[in-house]
Amino acid sequence: MKHLTEYRDAEQARRLVAEIGRVVTRPWAIMEVCGGQTHSIIRNGIDQLLPPEVEMIHGPGCPVCVTPLEVIDRALAIAADPRVIFCSFGDMLRVPGSRENLFAVKGRGGDVRVVYSPLDAVKLARQHPDREVVFLAIGFETTAPANAMAVKLAKREGLRNFSMLVSHVLVPPAIHAIMRSPGNRVNAFLAAGHVCSVMGTWQYPPLADRFRVPIVITGFEPLDLLDGIRRTVLQLEQGRHEVENAYARVVSERGNEAAQAVIAEVFTPQDRAWRGIGVIPGSGWSLSADYRDFDAEERFAVSGITTTESPLCRSGEVLKGTLKPNQCPAFGKECTPRRPLGATMVSGEGACAAYYNAGRFLEGSGTA
Amino acid sequence: MCLAVPGQVESIHEENGTRMGRVNFGGVVKEICLAYLPDILVGDYTIVHVGFAISKIDEASAQATLRTFAELGLLEEGLEELRAGDEVDGALADPT
Amino acid sequence: MKHQHSIPDFSNFTCPAPLRDYPHVILGHGGGGALSHELIEGIFLPAFSNPLLDRLGDSAVLDVAAELAGGGRLAISTDSYVVRPLFFPGGSIGDLAVNGTVNDLAMSGAMPLCLTAGFIIEEGFPVAELAAVVDAMAKAARAAGVRIVTGDTKVVERGHGDGVYINTAGIGFVPPGVAVGAVPICAGDVVLLSGTIGDHGMAIMSVREGLAFESQIESDSAPLHGLVAAMLVECSDIRMLRDPTRGGVATSLNEIAGLASCGIEIDESAVPVSAHVASACEILGLDPLLVANEGKLLAVVPAEAVGRVLAAMQGHEHGRQAVVLGRVVAGHPRLVVMRTAVGGTRVIPMPIGEQLPRIC
Repeated sequence: MKHLTEYRDAEQARRLVAEIGRVVTRPWAIMEVCGGQTHSIIRNGIDQLLPPEVEMIHGPGCPVCVTPLEVIDRALAIAADPRVIFCSFGDMLRVPGSRENLFAVKGRGGDVRVVYSPLDAVKLARQHPDREVVFLAIGFETTAPANAMAVKLAKREGLRNFSMLVSHVLVPPAIHAIMRSPGNRVNAFLAAGHVCSVMGTWQYPPLADRFRVPIVITGFEPLDLLDGIRRTVLQLEQGRHEVENAYARVVSERGNEAAQAVIAEVFTPQDRAWRGIGVIPGSGWSLSADYRDFDAEERFAVSGITTTESPLCRSGEVLKGTLKPNQCPAFGKECTPRRPLGATMVSGEGACAAYYNAGRFLEGSGTA
Repeated sequence: MCLAVPGQVESIHEENGTRMGRVNFGGVVKEICLAYLPDILVGDYTIVHVGFAISKIDEASAQATLRTFAELGLLEEGLEELRAGDEVDGALADPT
Repeated sequence: MKHQHSIPDFSNFTCPAPLRDYPHVILGHGGGGALSHELIEGIFLPAFSNPLLDRLGDSAVLDVAAELAGGGRLAISTDSYVVRPLFFPGGSIGDLAVNGTVNDLAMSGAMPLCLTAGFIIEEGFPVAELAAVVDAMAKAARAAGVRIVTGDTKVVERGHGDGVYINTAGIGFVPPGVAVGAVPICAGDVVLLSGTIGDHGMAIMSVREGLAFESQIESDSAPLHGLVAAMLVECSDIRMLRDPTRGGVATSLNEIAGLASCGIEIDESAVPVSAHVASACEILGLDPLLVANEGKLLAVVPAEAVGRVLAAMQGHEHGRQAVVLGRVVAGHPRLVVMRTAVGGTRVIPMPIGEQLPRIC
């Protein structure tokens, strides 16, 4: 595939690794904010190629992982409603709520469907005017234009049987919260390339300045990631803290302004709870007043749900980078992808699942 | 977060007043919403996430990035060879 | 055995059965009376006809004394087929029902002798579609050189089935001297793969509601006993054979590593994936190693036989793209480790359940 395979070349990867090794003189902790990047790093074994001075910390940029338990429990309650066709991205089906997940609801007869795009959910609403079609609208800024367009079209077409359960989260407030959290070890960030393709790069210079932290906007293929890491290490070694764009073929300074306009029309900023982390001010989007009629939370009266999180789960520390997944006492024991205690063990890009699946529970035991 | 994949726009059409297109991802074709890229043309490459084209791929930047990778590696290896040469010269080594 | 049409067109299909009054299966078709007989005589018998079946006994009686005289052994296997949609690019539930059971036999080194076929049909299922499924089964059976010698039909009420479910059981004959699995796997053995992976699973995905995409990807459904026989000529004691169906190559490799208590190392750059399957996997965020195959096999062979077995595979129509996938190692017992294309490593875990498309 053009624009993909070129960035997977083993020889160039080797050279970039050599360059990072040449530049680095002391330990640095770099956080890749985005779960998609975590997935790619683990899947390609990139962290193993890096010199020992460079430590990658896996950030909270996995919407599946940080969607709060309340939202999952509301989703489960709505999905169990016999009037409802409940649509979700595939990632969300295994995420544990307080007691069960969407698979279990489906098993009991709930009409839960995996969709590729939110437009597929709108299509279902058109096809089934007698049913309530609810879409679980999770995601970061990258997914927001799609979810916003879905509800905009539903409104335009007067699809009264369509609604969304919204749990949108934003990257810049999360970076802010991580830098301010006690015990923070992050020296630099790889910013999420696809988030920036929508939002542009202009949100990041104030963060880089305020926290004196390099931020390099980075793509997802092995060479992209290694180049992002290389540029980050170079900045750190030279004492710079700038915003750099290492994903210029996709990301511009201003981002996608057409998408930003629709997001601004459909969504409104709000404080949002991140699973395992807590409430981060201004870190989410909910439906704006004009679109509140399409809010599944109001339509289905599911706000009074109380939740219980496993006391063993320390995913919050993992998401902030203060605990490595395999340092958690429950890792690989009480908590496995098959019986996850927290969402970071569920999603393939969740840091804990990524570690588990890559066999990182073996580190130190000398067998891998 | 966000799995997004590059594809080439094959055709563009309107559907219920929304700009849509057929996008070819290495031989696999999907119907994609192009509403957020009003200027994209047939033949252009775009990054697609959950059925939406969110960014046009800039060919010039892509070429520049690939060139940087290629040159960076070669330059460094050249330097390393030079350095290695220096060290060899400085030490009592076989001068080959 | 290449299928020209991805999805059959029923518009011009004329059912050979005198079932004009019932274009759809009704409960009575499973009642054992005249309607059942019409179904058998109109659809099953013409398609599957062979002397053993045509007798219509309650069981088929095989005379296998000749096959077993030289010390051959019998192999028996059963599998149920519940695929949706029933017709997909490159095949149908009918192809799977024959090839799947033939392949289960072949993985023991057996040549298939005959199959049974049980149909559980949902009330309301179009008779023309049933005939098309049966026709596909008959064609697959002929291509595989296997007879369907006895069968059964039941009809369940509407809403209690998914169109049609098929069970096939197979009896095969392991020729004397063939000893698949007789020698345990040990470090140094080599893992071979017979061709590209993920074709079947992605062909199904391409026509699944909500995920559909256009591509030329076709199911790889194929009978593998001929390929296995060609391999056994070169190495009669192949250590292990597996067909990586549900759960894909990742599942089979983990099963092999677990059974052998050995580690397996594979090389990402050696994994054959067709360009279109690779692209489809990128879009949906799926790992081709976890995607189902219906016409591929993994073989563990001793190192000294690799060249000969691989050449035999590549000389067979179902093994043209066979490769050395990896090797058995003494380290990391029961773990499958892959060297990634850029030089890192990762463990290939046993997948948990169905692989779901990711957005992230």
